[in-house]
This record gives sequence, structure tokens and C-alpha cells, in this order.
Amino acid sequence: MTNLIPNNGCPLLSILIFSPLLAAAIAAFIRNERLLRWWTLAFTSAAAVFSLDLYRRFDPTTAQFQFGELAHWVPTLKIDYAVGIDGISLLLVLLTTLIMPLCVLASWCYIQTRVKEFMICLLVMETAMVGVFCALDFILFFVFWEAMLIPMALLIGIWGGPRKIYASLKFFIYTMSGSVFLLVAIIALRLKVGSFSIPDMISAGHTLPPNFQYWVFLAFFISFAIKVPMFPFHTWLPAAHVEAPTAGSVLLASVLLKMGTYGFLRFSLPITPHATDVFTPFVLGLSVVAIIYGGLTALTQTDLKKLVAYSSVAHMGFATLGIFALNPLGIKGALLVMINHGVTTGALFIIVGIIYERLHTRDLGEASGMGKTMPIFAMFAGVFALSSLAFPGTNSFIGEFLVMSGGFAVSKLMMVCVVPGVVLAAAYMLRMLQKVAYGGTHNPDHSKLKDLGFREIVTLAPLLLFVFWIGLHPEPFIRVMEKSVQNLLEQTQRPPAVAASAPRVSDLALSTDPNSP
Amino acid sequence: MMPSHLMAFLPELVLLAGALVLFLITLGESRLQQARAAALGTALASIIACVFCLGQDATLFSGAYRVDQFSQVLKLIFACGFTLVLLLSGNLEDIRDDVKPEYFFFLALSVAGLAMLVSCVDIITLVVALEVSAFPIYFLVAMRRERRGQKSQMESAIKYIMFGVAANGVMFFGMSYLFGLTGTTSLPDMLPRLQPVIHSPLAIAGLALTFCGLYYKLAVFPFHFWTPDVYQGASNETAGLVASLPKVGAVAVLIRFVSLASPDNQTVAIMLAILAMCSMFYGNLIALIQKDFKRLLGFSGIAHAGYALIGFVALDLVGYAAALYYIVGYLLMVLACFVVICKVSRDGANVSIEEMAGLHRRSPLLAVTLVVGVFGLAGIPPFVGFMGKLSLLTAALAKGHLFLVIVAVINAAIAVYYYLGVVREACFRDPGDRPPIRLDWSTRALCVLLIGGILTLGVAPARFLGAISSALASANLTLQPTPLALVTKKSLPVMPEHAIEK
Repeated sequence: MTNLIPNNGCPLLSILIFSPLLAAAIAAFIRNERLLRWWTLAFTSAAAVFSLDLYRRFDPTTAQFQFGELAHWVPTLKIDYAVGIDGISLLLVLLTTLIMPLCVLASWCYIQTRVKEFMICLLVMETAMVGVFCALDFILFFVFWEAMLIPMALLIGIWGGPRKIYASLKFFIYTMSGSVFLLVAIIALRLKVGSFSIPDMISAGHTLPPNFQYWVFLAFFISFAIKVPMFPFHTWLPAAHVEAPTAGSVLLASVLLKMGTYGFLRFSLPITPHATDVFTPFVLGLSVVAIIYGGLTALTQTDLKKLVAYSSVAHMGFATLGIFALNPLGIKGALLVMINHGVTTGALFIIVGIIYERLHTRDLGEASGMGKTMPIFAMFAGVFALSSLAFPGTNSFIGEFLVMSGGFAVSKLMMVCVVPGVVLAAAYMLRMLQKVAYGGTHNPDHSKLKDLGFREIVTLAPLLLFVFWIGLHPEPFIRVMEKSVQNLLEQTQRPPAVAASAPRVSDLALSTDPNSP
Repeated sequence: MMPSHLMAFLPELVLLAGALVLFLITLGESRLQQARAAALGTALASIIACVFCLGQDATLFSGAYRVDQFSQVLKLIFACGFTLVLLLSGNLEDIRDDVKPEYFFFLALSVAGLAMLVSCVDIITLVVALEVSAFPIYFLVAMRRERRGQKSQMESAIKYIMFGVAANGVMFFGMSYLFGLTGTTSLPDMLPRLQPVIHSPLAIAGLALTFCGLYYKLAVFPFHFWTPDVYQGASNETAGLVASLPKVGAVAVLIRFVSLASPDNQTVAIMLAILAMCSMFYGNLIALIQKDFKRLLGFSGIAHAGYALIGFVALDLVGYAAALYYIVGYLLMVLACFVVICKVSRDGANVSIEEMAGLHRRSPLLAVTLVVGVFGLAGIPPFVGFMGKLSLLTAALAKGHLFLVIVAVINAAIAVYYYLGVVREACFRDPGDRPPIRLDWSTRALCVLLIGGILTLGVAPARFLGAISSALASANLTLQPTPLALVTKKSLPVMPEHAIEK
């Protein structure tokens, strides 16, 4: 395998991927619920601190995969255990590990029944999520991608709201039916390229015959578009978000949705560059529709979680728009939108969870005027709402600005269509903020509500830090992705002919293919 | 018989001796515990014997019986499966009291038949072994006790026998064609003699009819009609047995017969592909509306037989290995479901899916077993069902059967719905007034073994797949080494890479 810088010494990524499983196994033997919460918090925090080492040791001057590990897994099927990260996956891995302790904190009091199973599900989720972003073997990726469905469906189905079973099944079936075609595409690629290795597939991508690329792209697209979710595949999302417990919503919004866009970046663009060219207008069109549709729908919601869920559809529309703008600004912006959405929307779901814990409802009308008795809460809610509507100075502004400047390079008309979406974001977020912070003249009585406790402030403070950090000084975040984005674009814009990459046996065999132009 | 030959035949001898001891026990009065202990002893002894004889290589009984790595690996699988089924059977709650010891006797006899089946390379001995393995199970189905609202076991047994006899009749008819074409009953001799005429309608018809007997065992469409009724009519333990061990045997024998048509008989491949598709659609679509858990597993079993056939469509060793790997994984997964059925069932009655409600509170270990088994059957990683499907689909796609592969994954998506229905009851619903379930040590051990097996085969299948592949390579399923055949045999594993260039 080329493009893989092997990791010498301590296998950082493997430890990061599999230690949560070990922690889950230990958690299975802890009987005390209080101890269980502390143990999970301690472990996830330790993993988060440990993962920061990745950023410190990451080399932003190369686009190759770093911290690589390679071992044979199933030789008869030519499946390897291969992990490694580049500038695209680094930030997503860090986002995952850093959001985990916050999820534990957010469910500290929210989850009262069957704490042990809940914590085990969370830890198994961490393994699968980190694994998805690190995997460099397509089967390994698929294993993590699918294995994640089980704990997530359990999180929704056991600890969720009144319609939890419906939401859980819908989530599972939707995602699963999308990914079966992904599996066929993976196998077809393996037979063409000769291995399941993702770097090998990327370097062979432009030599694949166009017709083959179309089908592979479509198979990828269905799977990833459902996960993102792009309009018209988004219908599972509101159901899942509304019914999931706070930690489940946060994980869904912050990490799971990113897997779809990550899939586009990692697989669709470099492996099927020709098909990407052909299908880009359609994907851009769907992205614009998602931005407008998400905004309009969010405007009419009275359930706070639904409001945030539909705003997610709009935000992810920005992410896919940036990706398929196919220029450096767009892709960097899309990556930042992904991170920002993880930070901001995760925080908004925690905010909604805090409201629900106090009022036992998520109805916007019931929650109106809470800010009057809860000033600290109102401050947090205000900052995150402003961040969500991309107020200058906050993180989302940087991301959406980059995406839009990338989009202008593609089509001005398209960006004119997007502008109402930005206005809508301000409309629905400010409407929510106004209601929650001030309300009207006939607010429900909130005088007995307690303001945020120490635990809740600790949960939200790190996210607040990132809102302003990315908003005011995004350079450290953009710096690490620079080379990888540049490399990705080079791969995507390779001419469909051969001779670009180093000649390998399979390349030579493929280059004689009469179908390739 | 030379001592080395005795060694080669040791696992069968152990099983037969165990069956004999069990027969003697059945002569006494109500000796259930003794019979159970003897059966467990036989199973463990046969595992040891199989492990001991793994490397044996011999030809016995005038060339009719071949002991090689292929047969020995399968015997080990049968011995392990036998142990699991015995642990599952427990005290045979729903079997008539007066025949409980006989149950173990017939069970041991059937396993002995299966163990012999995989070594037979002559169609006469093969038929005998097939019947030895099949007839005891017919009796087991009928042994369920009668009581109010539970009288269908005789009907099921009759259905099982009648379908079995009819399918075997068709199979014999097909074999007569093969014999007529080649003039031999020995499979290794038949292989080269069949090659010149393999594309003739007579040979195709002979092969197609011969497969029928095995389709019946495997429950492939259109020989599936018995499956749901027998599952429902038989006691829970018996249904678990019917669903697991004979299918592994059927796949093993089917490999021998399908390889007669290797390497590239497109007619046979298309026939197998059509049957696979029909089985998958039929099984999965009807399973969607089932209320009884055993019937659901019956229909899902038809679908899984279809999946297993995908491996045969490839008509090469990679595909056969995938089919064998898949069916062994299926054995573990379906047994995991049947453990739960046996333990949830009140007094041995049939279990509807709704009765699974709240299993996570009534018995967490059983709930985990069920979740692992069901998600495994649905093909979700990291369980063996996923790796099995992956290897099957890879083998079929390497030979260009894209349509079949797409139909298979669509079916996998359909199947998720009813499997999730089971998980929904078990994990998401409240138990209501259903009492907690207490498990004895043997059930706990069985659950842990099955979960461990499903996970291990799914996460670390390298050694198992390697063993199966080398076993298949040693089984002389392709033509004997003439220079030309040697070249094709060597180039087989690299076929996929070359196939793409077309």
C-alpha cells in the first residue's frame, strides 16, 4: 500500500479505536451506578486527552495517511486491517473523542434507568465512530459503519421518547438499505482494483471505466446521502432526533451525520472522479433545495428538537454544497461546516435537553421566557443560536463564508438561490432565541426553575470555547487540512486517462481496457 | 482393517459406539439423566476423536469412503454442533416422557449418519449415509408430546417424511442418469468421465435432479414446503436440530455434486442462480408477516438457503468455501435463536414473537444471545453473517453474477425488517407481567459459546476460512492432475483479477 506513513512505536489509532471496547467490558462488571457514570466520564475524558496527541504529532506538510498501521486480517478474502488518518479525518476523529465526555455529562441525570447498558452502548459507539474515520480498508470501514447501527438503534429504542420504537426502526432500516448497495460497490471495486485498500482504490480511481464509475458513484451516493441526510432522504432524521435521548441526539448530529459527508470526501470524489464531474450539478441542486427546505421547515416547528433537527438538514446542505463546489475554498469550508455543525448543533441539543429536564416538554410555547429566571442558560443559548445562524465572530460564519465563496466560483445564480436560506437560518434561530429568552407577556411561570448547575456549565463551556476559537482564529484548524484538501482536489481533477500514477501491475492491466477513453 | 485405518474411522466409531450405548440405555425404564449424560459424553468424546484425527488421510471400503481434510474438518463441525444441540435440548421438556432416552439415541444416530455422509465418495454409500442421517430426525419430529392445542406434530412428521421420500426419489432418478452416462457410482471416477458429455441435456438433467434431494435438506425453493410446518410442529429443540446440522451436511454433499459441473457450466450456474433468487425472495417476503417465531425462522431459513446457493453459482472452490463458511455461521446463529425460543417458551409450547417482549429484563443474557443471533442473521457486522455474505457475494461477483448479487443485497435489506421486529419485542418493549427466566449452567455455557462463536467467526475468520479452503483444495473436487487440469487448478485463485480485464 502506498501513501501510508507507518506509525512507529505505540499504535495510537488502534488504542483509540479499541480501548473503548475494553472500557465497556470493564463497565459491564461495575454494579454501582454512580461509579459507572464516573468511570465512563473518566475514560472518555482520558481518551479525549489522549487523542489530542494526534494533533500535536500530526504532520500538516504532507497529504499522506499518517499513524498508519497495516496487518493482514482475512488473507483468503484479501481483507487487511489498515488504519491511518490525514487532514480530512484528523479533525473528525478529534471531534468524536472530544464530544464523548460531553455526552456522558449531558446524560448524567437524564438517564436514570439501566445506566450500565447505556454507558456500554456509548462506549461501543465511540469505537465504531472513531473506527469509521480511521479505517483505510474498505471492509474495515464498512464493518464499523454498519456495526454502529446496533448501539445507536438501542440508544434510541430503549432510552428514547414516546415514539422511540418507530424512530429506531426507521433509522436502522433507512441506513441499512442505503448501505447494502455500498457493499456491492465495494466488492465490485475490489474486483477491479485488486484489493480492498482505500489508498489503492484512490490511486486507481481515474483509470476506472466511466460507465463503471457512474454505478459506483450512485451506489456511494445513496448510502452517503441517506447518512448526511440530503433532501429527499432526510425523513429519518427528525424522527430519530426527536425521540433519541440527549446524548443520542448529540452523537447523531455531531458525528453520525458527518460520516455521510466524510464518505463523499474520502470515497466519491477521488475514487470516481469522472462520475463526480457528471453528477455534480444534481448534487449541488439537491444541496440548495436542502438549505431552503430545511430552513422553511425549521421555521414552522414548535418542538425545539425538531427545529434543531431541520436546521441540521440545512447546515448539512451547506456541507455538501461546499464539497461538490470542487474547489479548495468550498471543500475547506465544507470541512469547517462539518466541525462547526458538530460543535454548535451538539450544543443546541444539549440546551434542548436541559430545557426538557426542567420542563419535561420540548414545546417552544412552554419554554418561553425561561431566560428571565435563568440568565446563564440564556447566555449559552444565545451564543449557540447566534453561532448556528452564522453570526460573524462565531465558528459557523467562517465555514459558511468559505463555502459560499467556493460556491460563487461555480455559479452565481446558485448562490443567489442560497441566500434566502441564510436569512431563514437567522429567522428560525432568532425566533427560538427570542421565545426562550424573553417570551411574550403571558409566559408560563418559570420562577421556580434553577439556573444551570456546575455540571451543565462544564458540559457547555468547552463547546463555547470552540465556537469562538474557530470563529476568531480558525488558522490552526485550516492549517491541518490544507495539504489533504489540495491533494484530494488533484485526485478528483485527474484526467480520465492513465499514466499519472506510478505504474502498477493492475494499473497496466486496466489501462489496456478498451472501455476507458 | 489396519490400525491406521481404524484411526481414520475413529470419529464415526465413537459416534456409533455412543449410539449403541444409548440404545442399551433405552432398553431400561425412564433413564433420562443417564441417557443425557451418555449423549453428552459421546459428543465430547467425538470432538476429541475428531481433533485427534484431523490430519488423517485414507481411503476405506474399496474406495467408497474417503477420509481427508475436508471430511475431517466437517466431522469436527458436526461433533461441535452435536454438543451444542445437546446443550440446547436440556431435559427435553416437550418430548413424550416414555421416549425421552430414545430421543438421544436417534439424535446420536443421525449425527453418526452425517459424519459418514461427508466421507462418502460413492453414490451408493452416500445414499445410505444420507438416509441414516435423515430417518432418525423424522422420528424426532413425531416424538413431541400431545396436549390441548398441540396435535400437529404427527402431521408435521408425515409431511417431513413424505417430502423427504419424494425428494430422495427424484434424487435417485437423477443419479441413475449420472450412472447411465458414466457407468460408475464412484464420484472421483465420475468426474473425468462426465466431462466430455457435461453439456448434454442428459447430464444437466441428471445433475439437476440429483441436486433436488439436497435442496430438500437445505430447504431451497421449490423443495421448501415442509420447512415452516415442520418447525412449527416439532418441539423447539427438534426444530433447532432440523434447522442446523442437516443443512451443513447438505451443503457438504452439494459441493461434491456441484463440482461435477465445474468449472464453467453456465446452464447449471444459471439454474442455481434462479433457485437462489426464488428462495431469497420467497423466504424473506413471507417471513415479513409471520407471528410465530419458529415459523419466522423457517422462512428465514429458506432465504438463507438461497444465500448459501450463491456460493455454488460461482462454481469454484472460493464459492464452495464461502458457502460452507456461511452455513457453519448460520448453524451458530440459528442455534442462538433457538436457545432463546427453548428458554422463553412456557412448558415447551411454541413461541410467538410477542412473547419475546421485555426479554432484556427477564433475562439479559438471553436477550444478548438473541440480539447477536438475529443481527448476525441480518448480516450486520461484526457478526459472522456479514463476513459470510461478503465472501459469498465476492465469489459470485468475481464470476460476473452482478444481478444475483444485487438481488441478494436487496433481500438482505428486506430481511432487516423482520429481524428488527424480533429485536423490538425483546429490547424495546416492557415485559408486563411475564416472569423472569432462570437459566441453568448448561444454558449459560451454551449462550456464551454461541455468542463467542458468532463473534469469533465474524471478527477473526482467517484461520477457519484457511482451514476450509485448504480442506476443499485437498478434496479432489476438480479434475485429476493431467497437465492441462493442473494449469487451470493453479490459476483458479487468481481468476477474479483476470476476469476483470474482459
